[in-house]
Amino acid sequence: MDAAGSDARRPRLRIATTSLAGCFGCHMSLLDIDEHLFELAQLVDFDRSPLTDVKHCGPCDIGLIEGGVCNAENVHVLREFRRHCKILVAVGACAVNGGLPAQRNHFDLGVCLQQVYQCREGLAAPQIPDDPELPLLLDKVRPIHEVVRVDYFVPGCPPSGEALWKFLTDLLAGRTPRLPYHLLHYD
Amino acid sequence: MSGTFLFDGQPVPFTDGQTILQAARAAGHYIAHLCWHPDFPPHGSCKLCIVKVAGRHVSSCAMPAKEGMEVESNTPEINGERRALLQMLFVEGNHFCPSCEKSGNCQLQALAYDLEMLTPRFNHFFPDRPVDASHPEVLLDFNRCIFCELCVRASRDVDGKNVFALTGRGIHKHLVVNAESGRLADTDFSAADLAANICPVGVILKKRVGFAQPIGARKYDAQPIHVVAMQEDK
Repeated sequence: MDAAGSDARRPRLRIATTSLAGCFGCHMSLLDIDEHLFELAQLVDFDRSPLTDVKHCGPCDIGLIEGGVCNAENVHVLREFRRHCKILVAVGACAVNGGLPAQRNHFDLGVCLQQVYQCREGLAAPQIPDDPELPLLLDKVRPIHEVVRVDYFVPGCPPSGEALWKFLTDLLAGRTPRLPYHLLHYD
Repeated sequence: MSGTFLFDGQPVPFTDGQTILQAARAAGHYIAHLCWHPDFPPHGSCKLCIVKVAGRHVSSCAMPAKEGMEVESNTPEINGERRALLQMLFVEGNHFCPSCEKSGNCQLQALAYDLEMLTPRFNHFFPDRPVDASHPEVLLDFNRCIFCELCVRASRDVDGKNVFALTGRGIHKHLVVNAESGRLADTDFSAADLAANICPVGVILKKRVGFAQPIGARKYDAQPIHVVAMQEDK
């Protein structure tokens, strides 16, 4: 039996992952579990994830969400994950409390767009992008638990590979996940 | 006068005039707190130090120890209540730990680690609290203020300058600077004042320091606050 407590008879679990308003640092941490990736590959199949490039989430056991909710598409993706995942996990500071993207919450969104797309020096054709394919921005960035129900939270910016591996091995083995002191941090 | 009371089932001696928190701490038992400081009279505002005595919640920083009382502190129920108080503090301000210079040395963060707070749980207020960077030596980031009044008490009672005050009530309560302009630069505040060095969170920060200590070498990186605080007392 390995660290996750699996054996050949145990059915393989499906995991989906995505990044909303995040920097992909939490996904980088998932890659930081290094050789445990092989162990993980023995235990799970990946559904929608940047690792598979699958575009939509199907029925899954575990959904890992990185990033906060900053636009209409984030809301749509988050709700799709909640609908399809038995267990939804907020991974990292942005998903847990809004993180860096939420630091725009003090500013008026219209002024932000003007500052970036109209007021900067050297812009050849200043205009605020309005392509219909661009998702509409929310006036405030929100952590994911303010939009859907979340089952577990893994804080950190990003959580370390060791923290993610501890969390996943607990979860996959059917234990209540718990981070020891040295793995629990918010930065 | 002196006596003994039971703290989580352990006998704790006290002398007359000592509070539950003082006596428990002297006996090596840490009680979570944010607004309490050994050099100042109890303030009783943060409520992190709540304990149960005879089935009732009391602030251990303000409650005098009495002979024979039975105090419950480190129980799942009370720690859960402390965690809920921390969660409220986190959503009422803007606590973005990754971009805070105090991270790793912050008592609010350290208590949240100690009590295994994984989520702020409540909806965030995201209040608008502009910073005051007017002073040449010190920056004020009001976003992290938890209204412990330690800076107010230190400035008034030790520094003799009365630089800070709290104003407003309830959710409108906020820290202000006692100057006609409201700016720190227009006071006689100095980075050497006790008030500049007592903030348990990241409101009062010295300029040109930044993230001086690497992750791993900061105050609460290796050991939880209940261990660090008791080591400092020795």
